[in-house]
Amino acid sequence: MPRRLLIALLSLILTAPALLAQPPQQNEYVPIDQLPPQEAMPAAPLLIGAYIVVWLGLMGYLFWIWRRIARVEADMQALQRRTTGSPR
Amino acid sequence: MRKAFIPLLVVATAMFAYAPIFIANAPYESTMLLIQKVMYFHAPSGMVMLISGVISGVASALFLFRKSRAADHVALAAAELTAVYGVIVLLSGPLWARKAWGVWWVWDARLTMAFVGWLIALAYLVVRKYGGPGSEKLAAGLALFGAANVPFIYLSVNIWRTIHPQTTVAPTLPAGMREPFWFCVAAFFLLYSLLMTTRVRLERQRATLDDLYLAAED
Amino acid sequence: MNVFFNIAFLVFKKDFTIELKSREIVYTTLLFALSCILIFSLTFVVEGQPLAEAAAGIVWIAIAFSGTLALGRTFERERYSETLRALLIAPAPRAAIYVGKLLGMVALLAAAEVLLVPLVAVLFQANLLGQLPLLAPLLLLGTIGFAGVGTLFAAMLVRARTRDVLLPILLYPITVPVMIAGVRGTSALLQDPAEPALAIMWIGILASFDVVFVTLALWTFEPLMTE
Repeated sequence: MPRRLLIALLSLILTAPALLAQPPQQNEYVPIDQLPPQEAMPAAPLLIGAYIVVWLGLMGYLFWIWRRIARVEADMQALQRRTTGSPR
Repeated sequence: MRKAFIPLLVVATAMFAYAPIFIANAPYESTMLLIQKVMYFHAPSGMVMLISGVISGVASALFLFRKSRAADHVALAAAELTAVYGVIVLLSGPLWARKAWGVWWVWDARLTMAFVGWLIALAYLVVRKYGGPGSEKLAAGLALFGAANVPFIYLSVNIWRTIHPQTTVAPTLPAGMREPFWFCVAAFFLLYSLLMTTRVRLERQRATLDDLYLAAED
Repeated sequence: MNVFFNIAFLVFKKDFTIELKSREIVYTTLLFALSCILIFSLTFVVEGQPLAEAAAGIVWIAIAFSGTLALGRTFERERYSETLRALLIAPAPRAAIYVGKLLGMVALLAAAEVLLVPLVAVLFQANLLGQLPLLAPLLLLGTIGFAGVGTLFAAMLVRARTRDVLLPILLYPITVPVMIAGVRGTSALLQDPAEPALAIMWIGILASFDVVFVTLALWTFEPLMTE
């Protein structure tokens, strides 16, 4: 759990250098054909980045749950062996 | 439900595998061109996050007032999924916004709500983990208050931001874009229900394990 | 109904009397509020002049921070002398205990605001005192909203290990509407031609927030505080 939190926070913090590297920003909506040329970033890396985020997020979470289930079931079997193994 | 799990998982995986092809064939949006395609994953994630938050709030209320342990498991699973989908929404959104609006972030109603809702989900998880004894009740109270807060946050941020220019996030969809969009919505919701059932099952097993440990100590 | 208010008032009187004797929480809260203002004054000064627009935010941030600490300290005192358990065992409706604690917290924060508002007005050259007829209800309703949620969470967190840092983590997202309404209302009052209509709208939002959340807190205090 704290690992998960750490990863989420790290992902947000990692966008900070990208933020700092940008030219002064505006707060209003400017249609894309009116933006100055240096603002016109290539869309493809951003799009691919977004899709990677989604895929990694979902797959990572699924994997993490799967590992925890395996751990809980191992614990259960160990406990079962302990209780049936020791005579009472 | 158990029997249907694997086939549904296969269906969900197939849907996700096919989605990029479907999306790539969708027509370009006129002003935003390529980057608008983020919307096909970003918007369904937002929907799922919202629904998950509501489920967590309702389950928390059931846990507090009906003392239902199953409701507690559902509340925890839903809160965790709200946090996960929240990360997806909050990371994919700025990537879209940077290209479409020129800024990474604006404090408009929807974004602020998403951010605060995500913080509440994280706070829920932190309380469950580090709150000590009785933290389930405490977290449930938090989820309930968070759910009750949604209309207020929306109202206050919306009024606050009408002083500044608005940016529309979800235009009405033309015909060519509708199919991939709803396809992705279906895929995301299917995956969400699969993740929820898995997570609730995990939680129930952990609770059983704890009970067994306690019983074994006697 | 009478019993309810009697008990609430008794709890409030107990806290008030204790505080009158030792004055520990009052002094520390006021001093903390002052230190907050000091740090903000240093940060929000541009070329020797304080930023006028910062005053509204600073007042509310100082209230939020001092309130969080005061909440922690109040319940820490209860936990230390184990009086919380005694309160809960007492044959009194638990909601009345909550209301009593809430009254005490609002009184404490009101005392802090009496100090804070003139100070910010002076340091940031903001006409806060001139707008008092509308500023006072704004501050009062905002304080009730903040303390309403905070008292519930602080009471619940008494037994938690990491209660000091958990309280802000829980409290700040939930009180976002209070902060937004408070700051927006105050800055509407501080505009050059003041906008009382806008401030009144924010006061209305704060009032409905207070009603909803204090009711919710009264409703959930019982199930949340039972072991």
